Amino acid sequence: MAQLHDSGLTGHQVSHTEHHDHPDMEEMRTFGFWIYLMTDVIIFGTLFAVYIVLQGNTNGGPGPKDLFQMGGIIASTFILLTSSYTSGLAVLAMHKGNKKALLGWLGATVVLGATFIIMEINEFTHLVHEGATIGTSAFLSAFFTLVGTHGLHVLLGLVWMIALMMQIAKRGITPVTKRKVNVISLFWHFLDVVWIFVFTIVYLMGVS
Amino acid sequence: MQHDMSTSHAHENHGSLKSYTIGFVFSILLTIIPIAVVMNGWLAGKASAIILMITAVLQLVLQLIFFMHLREEKKPRYNLLTLILGLIILLVIVIGSMWIMMYNMVAL
Amino acid sequence: MWERVKTFASEFFVTGDPMIYGADVSIVITMIGIVFGLTYFKKWGWLWREWLTTVDHKKIGIMYILAAFIMLFRGGVDALLMRAQLAAPEMNLLAPDHYNQIFTTHGVIMILFMAMPFMFGLFNVMVPLQIGARDVAYPFLNALSFWLFFSGAMLFNLSFVIGGSPDAGWLAYPPYSGIMHNPGVGQDFYIWGIQISGIGSLMTGINFIVTILKMRAPGMKLMKMPMFPWSVLSSCIAIIFSFPILTATLALLFLDRYAGAHFFTLDGGGNPMMYINLIWMWGHPEVYIIVLPAFGIFSEIVSTFAKKKLFGYKSMVYAMMIISILSFLVWAHHFFTMGSGADVNAFFALTTMLIAIPTGVKVFNWLFTMFRGKITFETPMLWTMGFIPCFIVGGLTGVLLSVAPADFQFHNSYFLVAHFHQVIIGGVVFGYFAGLYYWWPKLFGFKLNERIGKWAFWFWNIGFYLCFMPQYALGLMGMTRRVVTYGWDKGWWEMNLVSTIGAGLMGIAFLFQVWQIVYSVKHLQKDETGDPWNGRTLEWSIPSPAPVYNFATLPHVTSQDEWWEEKQRRLQGHSAPAPAKIEPIHMPKNSGIPIVMSMFWFFTGFGFIFDWLWLAIPGLVGVAACMLVHSFNYDTDYYIPVEEIKRTESAIRGVTS
Repeated sequence: MAQLHDSGLTGHQVSHTEHHDHPDMEEMRTFGFWIYLMTDVIIFGTLFAVYIVLQGNTNGGPGPKDLFQMGGIIASTFILLTSSYTSGLAVLAMHKGNKKALLGWLGATVVLGATFIIMEINEFTHLVHEGATIGTSAFLSAFFTLVGTHGLHVLLGLVWMIALMMQIAKRGITPVTKRKVNVISLFWHFLDVVWIFVFTIVYLMGVS
Repeated sequence: MQHDMSTSHAHENHGSLKSYTIGFVFSILLTIIPIAVVMNGWLAGKASAIILMITAVLQLVLQLIFFMHLREEKKPRYNLLTLILGLIILLVIVIGSMWIMMYNMVAL
Repeated sequence: MWERVKTFASEFFVTGDPMIYGADVSIVITMIGIVFGLTYFKKWGWLWREWLTTVDHKKIGIMYILAAFIMLFRGGVDALLMRAQLAAPEMNLLAPDHYNQIFTTHGVIMILFMAMPFMFGLFNVMVPLQIGARDVAYPFLNALSFWLFFSGAMLFNLSFVIGGSPDAGWLAYPPYSGIMHNPGVGQDFYIWGIQISGIGSLMTGINFIVTILKMRAPGMKLMKMPMFPWSVLSSCIAIIFSFPILTATLALLFLDRYAGAHFFTLDGGGNPMMYINLIWMWGHPEVYIIVLPAFGIFSEIVSTFAKKKLFGYKSMVYAMMIISILSFLVWAHHFFTMGSGADVNAFFALTTMLIAIPTGVKVFNWLFTMFRGKITFETPMLWTMGFIPCFIVGGLTGVLLSVAPADFQFHNSYFLVAHFHQVIIGGVVFGYFAGLYYWWPKLFGFKLNERIGKWAFWFWNIGFYLCFMPQYALGLMGMTRRVVTYGWDKGWWEMNLVSTIGAGLMGIAFLFQVWQIVYSVKHLQKDETGDPWNGRTLEWSIPSPAPVYNFATLPHVTSQDEWWEEKQRRLQGHSAPAPAKIEPIHMPKNSGIPIVMSMFWFFTGFGFIFDWLWLAIPGLVGVAACMLVHSFNYDTDYYIPVEEIKRTESAIRGVTS
């Protein structure tokens, strides 16, 4: 390994000449992210617990049946689910080494995700105009916080995905960018899974 | 050492177009069912809640397997272990809170 | 104009208290002193390169421990002030609202800004060395964790002189901590200080789980790992599942205060009891988080100083894992009296009693380890001996408290105060001190003076019992916690006076500890062996202090207590294994992002506390920018060339290669 006497080597250049006892850093980072996702499960779990306990406390104000417009919610549910699928297609393209398709499917995911966010902002604005704000009742405080936290995660995911697309455009498919795509697709699937439960417990059970 | 580029991630969970599409289609199905139940008023109260939770949990499992490749993890299955532990604690938080806060002498 | 400035200043700065003016002056003088000193000795570059941007776990650990000691001082002064106020009936040393602030900051500081960083410091300095690794899994994240802690701690401590300290107790129960009853900024300093440092704690939890599971030296299967990393693993599992609850709950409290939400308010459908329910879901695992690593330290010390393999390794591991999981099932015992109902109380009383069992198993195993060992009583072992009876008694009073009907008498009395101080001081504080004295030579290359150390230990130990044993009696006599004073007619004053004397002894003990460090630095006795205690585990197989890369070649492990076994093999005439070929070592580069990002978090917190969005929003933007800069940076590692490794090794080992 004569070339390694240079001290200026950077990680990504030499990751494919790793020593046998060097732990696989990219695998460790993916595993670490999975653990982080489990902590996010707990955050959402706490918010769900709060919502369930406080959802009946409408303080004489509007409740779910008065406020939820199921048409838009159903549409955004399918949009988010589809974006989860497109993020999976992006990963498949990546494994085939197809950079253009990878970027294309990531782009589709971003567009669908952005649509979800716009629809949610619309919903929140409409509610506020109707006089249903976070300060109206415990039910609404819990609603805006639970659904809003999910939306915030989606928004952060979009920013991250765009940043990643820029990195892939510049550097191509490398062990590091591969790991990053795996990680963000895990994040994106996770957000869709959380939405399943938001949709079910908040919206469907709210209006049934 | 070009081969290391792909084998260094031998643990990689490779889905396939087929598995992602199966996951997608069944997820759509498991979303349509509860929507239909609620919007058409086929069930009410406890029965409705049970069906809704069952379809939600089924979709969770589906997505874990088909989108997040949980089954393909090699031993030791730390991801699965952390997930199970996390879900147990989640249930403790939600059910524990419900029991303490909603089924007591001072519940609002 | 001048009037407006004066009004602003009188609200912004804490006024009217000579102690606080004194603090203002010392803070300014200290800051000027530091800036002057660094400039005069031309050390700014050194500080930035060697400490502020380091990602080396050993240095990060030392910074954590230093911060913890400073916080121990502040929390201790809080305690001495309280005990002085309570020494005799109807004293007026502290006004009631001032007293509230002091017991609040005492609790927050001791648990969150003293015990946690001390613990993280010990994790950092020792876990990689014990498992034969060169660093933790995520060195950058590790540095970020420290600076987030620092940022949060700074924010919290600043409330003493700016804006006013929080005064709602260490857990800030609503409705008193809500905006209606507590409109000042103190409570917001509480929320943001804890929230920011809490993110750091969560990251550390993730970091060490992956480090322990994925970075052990070749051959070190999990069941061959030393006991301290096992305790760290069990603690981190509790961290990752409990801290998110704290994050969510504090966020909800902040939304109540800042955005007019109704989670925990008395009106609007809010439910304050939900806060108490959630905060203890975090709060109970938290105390097990801090005590489990102490258990790990004691296991290491007992077997080293009894020169005997730890008894019942497997049961020790299972016990800690069970304690970690069970700690999530006992939380309602903190509010038996709040009206959850008999069936809820009965369930949690049972789980609380259950959790005493694995701890009991551990105590017996320590005793069995000592049985027929060749025991010596250097300072680390002294602290361990002090821990055992202290923690047992504290644990037993815990079982008394777990009897829900009885707790209706004990709850929030001095009986409770005595119990939790006994298990925290006897378990956590004694444990971390033991670990610090045990591992000090590995960190710094010299041993601490034994004689002064013994003085410190005895003053702590005797002071503890004098301070807290009377408090059990006071609790049974009816004295409740958090009272600023009491009447002559209560019959409590003798016990209180004894308790105050005990607290004073512990204060003196702290001074002995500081003197011990100063003295030992002055009369430096370098340890050239790297193994001053004749230790059993891998950290003692490398020089002290360890080189930046820890191990020149990764050890190959075949058994528990690998280093001890290796030494036995050499004693029996087997030669040391031929050192593996030295190869270039992959190391992470330093980074300025952790400290800069933490500074932006500080601005964010400060901005939201004072509702200065012109500060908070740029703060958040700065945080996002740092994350993006880091994401786009692919130049994060370097290799130490072989010649440099060989040079370092011969310098520190005195070996020619």
